[in-house]
Amino acid sequence: MLSCREETELMSQKLDRPLSFSERFGLQVHLLFCRGCRATQQHFNFLRTATGAWREHHDRDSNSH
Amino acid sequence: MSPDEWTITLTALRPRLLRFAVLQLRDASVAEDAVQDTLLSATERAHQFAGGASISTWVFAILKNKIIDEFRRRSRQPQTAVDVEQEQGFEEALENQFDERGHWAAKPVPWADPQASLEQKRFWEVFEVCISGLPEKPARVFGMRELLGMETEEICKELKLSASNCWVLLHRARLGLRDCLSRRWFGEN
Repeated sequence: MLSCREETELMSQKLDRPLSFSERFGLQVHLLFCRGCRATQQHFNFLRTATGAWREHHDRDSNSH
Repeated sequence: MSPDEWTITLTALRPRLLRFAVLQLRDASVAEDAVQDTLLSATERAHQFAGGASISTWVFAILKNKIIDEFRRRSRQPQTAVDVEQEQGFEEALENQFDERGHWAAKPVPWADPQASLEQKRFWEVFEVCISGLPEKPARVFGMRELLGMETEEICKELKLSASNCWVLLHRARLGLRDCLSRRWFGEN
């Protein structure tokens, strides 16, 4: 069983590379039982959404802004 | 496009280019140089601009390459004492999020309706403050990954880092940003 700290490493890497089956499975099991890590997963995923929105805002055709 | 139209279009883009460059280069005068270089290169290469594409996207692509050049240059330079100190303080704060067994010292709580924040101007100010607060190395890798939208593989190659090194830096940047946004925006604790 990995610690919360180690699970957050996997949650982060999930945004950068495909995780293996056992990594994904272990992470999902951990998330079932850990509220703090579930919240962190939401935070990490939202960071991706926010940076995507930031990039789009800057990159977008100037007419649309 | 007439010369006047060209000038007006580029001038209108300038504030956005500058803001984009400042957040990533973290130095107003270096960012200003990068933007000036970009406007010059864009004008020198104007004949390469295929009218169909958005001119803004095309100019931003030039700026992104200038930013990557600067990152590459910086990654070859030794860290300053200030950088090292900032990084140590940051690492310590990250470690304090966990206890000695690697469990949460204080359990994070979900953010309420984060999506709604994206519409708020003040959120983006806090977001930029949090990114600017990261130490140079994690900020650089996070910026390339999330603000320039590069693949991890490309980033490692540009900065001559191993893949696992890149992942470690991205993880730290995300933990740091998560913590900063929780405290400064989502009002946890």
